[in-house]
Amino acid sequence: MGCAAACAAQAQDSAKEIQRYRQMIAEGSPAELFELEGEALWKKAQGPKNVSLEKCDLGRGAGVLKGAYARLPRYFKDADRVMDLETRLLYCMTTLQGRSREEATKRVFGTADQPSEMESLSAYIAAQSRGTKLDPGISHPKEKESYELGRALYFHRAGAWDFSCASCHGEEGKRIRMQDLPVLYKPASARPIIATWPAYRVSTSQFVTLQWRMNDCYRQMRTPEPNFGSETTVALIHFLTATAKGETYKGPGSKR
Amino acid sequence: MKVFALLLALMVALPAAAEPTPAEVQKIMQRDFHPRGQATMERLAQDGVQRVCTETRDRPPAEVAKALEADQMKTITYPQGSLMGDWKRGETIAQSGRGLTWNDKAGEAGGGSCYNCHELSPQEFSHGTIGPSLRGFGKTRGAGADLQRYVYGKIYNAKAYNLCSQMPRLGLSGTLTPEQIKDLVALLLDPASPVNQ
Repeated sequence: MGCAAACAAQAQDSAKEIQRYRQMIAEGSPAELFELEGEALWKKAQGPKNVSLEKCDLGRGAGVLKGAYARLPRYFKDADRVMDLETRLLYCMTTLQGRSREEATKRVFGTADQPSEMESLSAYIAAQSRGTKLDPGISHPKEKESYELGRALYFHRAGAWDFSCASCHGEEGKRIRMQDLPVLYKPASARPIIATWPAYRVSTSQFVTLQWRMNDCYRQMRTPEPNFGSETTVALIHFLTATAKGETYKGPGSKR
Repeated sequence: MKVFALLLALMVALPAAAEPTPAEVQKIMQRDFHPRGQATMERLAQDGVQRVCTETRDRPPAEVAKALEADQMKTITYPQGSLMGDWKRGETIAQSGRGLTWNDKAGEAGGGSCYNCHELSPQEFSHGTIGPSLRGFGKTRGAGADLQRYVYGKIYNAKAYNLCSQMPRLGLSGTLTPEQIKDLVALLLDPASPVNQ
């Protein structure tokens, strides 16, 4: 009916507006504020041992931050498992600072008013991999195992709505509402996306991490809640990052 | 002997790189998840549909699909009387993405999340494209009793019609009540619905 032409024009206008908005948020990111807060937290003595995280080994040696994030997830011999940044930070909080897992994970995902320690630390550490190519570990048997588990999880259908990751992120050119859906098991789509996480999320005024992203996807998949830093969430992050391998890290970025 | 050694080498080499089976993945998830709110651990137990679709990457052999679709068809129960509800309420249900997550209240009316994946009313630009456009759905097809039954059944259990469809089983999963599904039938089929303008 009469709407056809007018509606098509209006839809095109909104698509243009959205494009403009995306560019705008990519240019003016407040991620830097979180990086500063993260630096203070990195250097702050905390926990029963009253020490900072400055001796934390993120894979490049104790306290080395330059390029460390871009090489995660990877296998850590001391913990005998594959860890992403957040899982490794939690490990350092419990070992170096002597904090309990319960206390350190009490509030891993923050709010707009109050970001979490994990979020600020992630911003600070990820920022020091800007310009470094993503190069997660994929040679150790446990790294291979983690990658394979991540890939299997990506296509594993479960939950009250029968979803897998691929239900939404499985076909090129699809959207949920107006949100484009990257096909994250393919390098071309995974590379630009993974290279900008963690990120400031404009729609909720929050700094968000990959552990949060996995958690909130599972929430929407109507499954129970994945444990923070579990093998499941790390394997998925590992699979996605390995798929994006070789891309130059540009984060922390901005998301809509 | 040589063959045996080769086989042995393969057996040793394979496990490290082999992709875990759906049963193994399910076990790992059972270990790595915890219940929260109404999202209980039973939700991680794959049923036959989920398992077959996982194993075949959503491309089940025709015979298997046919048999399982027939099983799913048996889960659909139709309410007495007309299946046409109120399209206005249907539009609200189609817009809402609530229901069954761990932060939705149990028992509170959920939505169909229809616009997440489908185009429906032309006034709503913000629609997804994972599912086909349903704009004008009833305009070309009419609103006969058979069609009402088909639409009701498809919303109640999409897997009865297409085994590995990405569409949730909105009636069977308890996301939508029979009344709500009837309202969605009207949204699609009522000649007065904006979908058919």
